[in-house]
Amino acid sequence: MTVRTLAVVSAGLSQPSSTRMLADKLAAATVSRLEEDGIETQVQTFELRDVAQDIMNNMLTGFPSPKLDSVIEAVTGADGLIAVTPIFTTSYSGLFKSFFDVIDNRALTEMPVVIGATAGTARHSLALDYALRPMFTYLHAVVVPTSVYAASEDWGSGADTVKTLPDRIDRAAGELAALVARTDRSHLVQDPFALDASFSPTGGFQAQ
Amino acid sequence: MQFGIFTVGDVTTDPTTGRTPVDAERIKAMLTIGKHAEDVGLDVFATGEHHNPPFVPSSPTTMLGYLAAQTSRIILSTATTLITTSDPVKIAEDFAMLQVIADGRVDLTLGRGNTGPVYPWFGQDIRQGIPLALENYALLRRLWDEEVVDWSGEFRTPLQGFVSTPRPLDGVPPFVWHGSIRSPEIAEQAAFYGDGFFSNHIFWPAEHTAKMIAYYRQRFEHYGHGTAQQAIVGLGGQVFMRKNSQDAVNEFRPYFDNAPVYGHGPSLEDFTSQTPLTVGSPQEVIDRTLGFRDYAGDYQRQLWLMDHAGLPLKTVLEQLDILGGDVVPVLRAEFAKDRPADVPAGPTHESLVAAAAVKAQAQTQTLAGRATIKAAPGAAFGLSVVDQNVDPSVEPAPVDTTKIDTTQKGA
Repeated sequence: MTVRTLAVVSAGLSQPSSTRMLADKLAAATVSRLEEDGIETQVQTFELRDVAQDIMNNMLTGFPSPKLDSVIEAVTGADGLIAVTPIFTTSYSGLFKSFFDVIDNRALTEMPVVIGATAGTARHSLALDYALRPMFTYLHAVVVPTSVYAASEDWGSGADTVKTLPDRIDRAAGELAALVARTDRSHLVQDPFALDASFSPTGGFQAQ
Repeated sequence: MQFGIFTVGDVTTDPTTGRTPVDAERIKAMLTIGKHAEDVGLDVFATGEHHNPPFVPSSPTTMLGYLAAQTSRIILSTATTLITTSDPVKIAEDFAMLQVIADGRVDLTLGRGNTGPVYPWFGQDIRQGIPLALENYALLRRLWDEEVVDWSGEFRTPLQGFVSTPRPLDGVPPFVWHGSIRSPEIAEQAAFYGDGFFSNHIFWPAEHTAKMIAYYRQRFEHYGHGTAQQAIVGLGGQVFMRKNSQDAVNEFRPYFDNAPVYGHGPSLEDFTSQTPLTVGSPQEVIDRTLGFRDYAGDYQRQLWLMDHAGLPLKTVLEQLDILGGDVVPVLRAEFAKDRPADVPAGPTHESLVAAAAVKAQAQTQTLAGRATIKAAPGAAFGLSVVDQNVDPSVEPAPVDTTKIDTTQKGA
């Protein structure tokens, strides 16, 4: 059976966290979609709260602690990524952004990603498209068209009954699963010492 | 093996007193520290180069020129000389001048510098840091190795018929180290020329340093300068010592907690476990430093950062006393044990002059051998009489860049 790895990053802060709940639902839906295609999925879920101080220390010192390093390794080496943040002050949370700030900006190249967000109201749902999506685009990740936003009302009676939260999750999961099924990212060897093909130890000039 | 200190030259408020030295006081303190380094028996004093406050050493060769007159034995070096934003012609001139003044007690470590605005202030672009380091050094090398230089490149006004003066002392340019924390391109450059590679070491975990050095050693061998274990490696270090370990921790903690670079971040305990920083007794420093060899191999130069983060001059001088009195003598003896005979010692002007003489002699003998080869017994059977008995470990052979295929890519 083919095996794929899926990394789940949740920047939720509370216990229980609706951000984590959304992340878990996206993960479960993706695993189930991949299973239909005969693909086994190994899911690793990370709450950024657990490495919050390590992330800030990395920001200050320039290198990750061993604990954070293992998280970064797992996330950047996965075949797919589910990234979910609470919306704070109309954008991703600082913790969420800081995590992606300390990762090498080439490490998520071609990574299939689903983005999700949670907040108290639906008013800030566009943050997914003006904040999260451009960030992952900058990182050359492949963000699936459907992103999932869950406002407080989506968890109860005020939810959208036409395009329900489970519908949206399933659609996003289907899009992610299709990309994860095809990628072989997790099997690629990352060589940190690989030099650019145009590299010459004497620089660009020609000796006369 | 050489032991010494390197200074960043930061002007930092002493967090325990709230007092900040003025630039002049800090510069004078650095001079005192440099002289004291020789007095306590250290081999190297190296200064940083910066062009922005809170750092004072903008003109390293001025400082080192003064120290050259005030000392008699210590090697005067840099950590680092900015090869990106400084004109390589001026570097060639300044260090050749200093080399004469210091009777050869000079080498330098090249670095790129990581302060964004310094690049545009000097008309450069930080995104071109690596290409600048490569091209500028290629020019610097030629200015020292060749007499009359015609040159044109991407980053500097062309030169026609230029002779850099003064010419290197005894025909031997200062030894060059290339410093980098994380750029394999710089390790590759150092290996290509057979120059030294200096790993900052102190701001990143040791596993990272180990990989960079292993890469440099492997590439050094690839370029034909000797075996991997003969590559010339230098390491940074950072220590604070008191007789009792806990006294060292208590005294250093406020300086650590407020230090530039890592202050207000990880705890002292986390940082000491994750980087080479050692705060404790002299014996702890000895044990930790000897451990560097486990992942860096037998190396040539160990420099420590001793005077940053606002530590008062008096404290720094006490630290040097401990370093020179209790630590370095033990390290000299311990590092000498089991050191393979073909691993070179730290480079000095004398060793470079000797290596150049050996090389010149070898060339003469080769020519003589060719001249007599017709008459040599066995020559008809393809037996060569050319003397191959030249010790390759004395000095990495200089690279003739005209013979190197520059299309060759790093692996």
